[in-house]
Amino acid sequence: MPTTANTGRMVKIEILRQDTEGGQSRTEKFSIPYRHGMNVISALMEIQKNPVTEDGKKTTPVAWDMNCLEEVCGACSMVINGRPRQSCSALIDQLTEPIRLEPMKTFPVVRDLQVDRSRMFNALKKVKAWVPIDGTYDLGEGPRMPERKRQWAYELSKCMTCGVCMEACPNVSEKASFIGPAPLSQVRLFNTHPTGAMNKDERLAQIMGDGGLANCGNSQNCVEACPKGIPLTTSIASLNRAATVQMFKNFFGSDHMVD
Amino acid sequence: MSKEREFLWRRLHSLLGVIPVGLFLAFHLSLNFTAVGGEQAYNDATGMMDKVPPALLLIIEWVVIYIPLMFHAFYGVYIAFTATLNNKRFSTFRNWMFTLQRVTGVFLVVFIAWHIFQTRIQKALGAEVEFNMIADIVANPVMLGFYIAGILAATFHLANGLWAFLVSWGITQSPRSQQIMTYVTAIVFVILSIVGVAAILAFV
Repeated sequence: MPTTANTGRMVKIEILRQDTEGGQSRTEKFSIPYRHGMNVISALMEIQKNPVTEDGKKTTPVAWDMNCLEEVCGACSMVINGRPRQSCSALIDQLTEPIRLEPMKTFPVVRDLQVDRSRMFNALKKVKAWVPIDGTYDLGEGPRMPERKRQWAYELSKCMTCGVCMEACPNVSEKASFIGPAPLSQVRLFNTHPTGAMNKDERLAQIMGDGGLANCGNSQNCVEACPKGIPLTTSIASLNRAATVQMFKNFFGSDHMVD
Repeated sequence: MSKEREFLWRRLHSLLGVIPVGLFLAFHLSLNFTAVGGEQAYNDATGMMDKVPPALLLIIEWVVIYIPLMFHAFYGVYIAFTATLNNKRFSTFRNWMFTLQRVTGVFLVVFIAWHIFQTRIQKALGAEVEFNMIADIVANPVMLGFYIAGILAATFHLANGLWAFLVSWGITQSPRSQQIMTYVTAIVFVILSIVGVAAILAFV
């Protein structure tokens, strides 16, 4: 069954490939038939069906991660023509050819375009990016959140841990310990939540440790790159102020940990 | 307790860059600016320094200049070399400022080391610090170029560092306040550069 309306046009794609973690990388070039409305993922699927390079050499299918296909899960992030973004929302029609695909090398590359984003998930655990509600008895309802506060906090909650801001940040790499913009902004989100704020000193203490908040170098690439338009640099500056206050509290010895 | 101190070191690095190192730079360039008024005016102004008792001057030099400057310089080199520059992919204004801050910082370590060798160490070895000492140095066009580059690197590094200081301590949070401070620090850069470059050219 024909799956393509044959327009005769071919799409040129270059992919930076790597077979094993920490292994050698190489560039392979592909030329695939164009289809209307194609995105990078459907182009990769085309290669998967017929893994033959531009010069007719048989190769292995390209490996990549994907899940939701509607830019809300963050799994399919990769570097497309130099910019980190989601491949599901990267339309072929809007990209200059040859389209160059690379893995987000700020993370360990598992294979081809697949990366291991564990670093971010560990960071979320480290900063306690959740609202603790468990007690040994029914704690009842928490305080209400003002509606206007909820509305802007919602913007911060759009983070999908995709790793694009981490790839864009010049201070996040395997040679540096910086926790990165996304987990920091989550600290602001959970410290804003009325119940979450009951543990705000614990989250601040985490980002005032090694590789924390102060390792931001203000290049502001994160806010440029974020596909969800999260005000990451405002979050960082706001946390800087909270950390300054907390630092004085810690040193001069306020006897109340929260407020 | 060597662990979990990075936050304090980074904040200290940011603070020392402004107080006292930044203040010292502004003072230093202003004092040099007296050379625009001629050889006599410069020698009179720097001669004021000799009225301070030598032992006290030495303590002030170490506490206000050398120790904070060395910490700022060496910790700064560490910060600069942990960055992975990516201006090719992200060529925004702020990302260029990020890169220039690191490039000027590393250059300044070299420049200031050389500058201290040519002036302060020569003084310790018996040379007299006065107008002709600097005039002899900048009589060499290569040295004049090196000094102008050093002055511009220093004024840039201070002005841009002031911007980063305001963000790092949580003073400027909103994009608008950060934008306005970009303009304000740009003016600081221009004024300090004029003062600094006019001063060095007065020795030619």
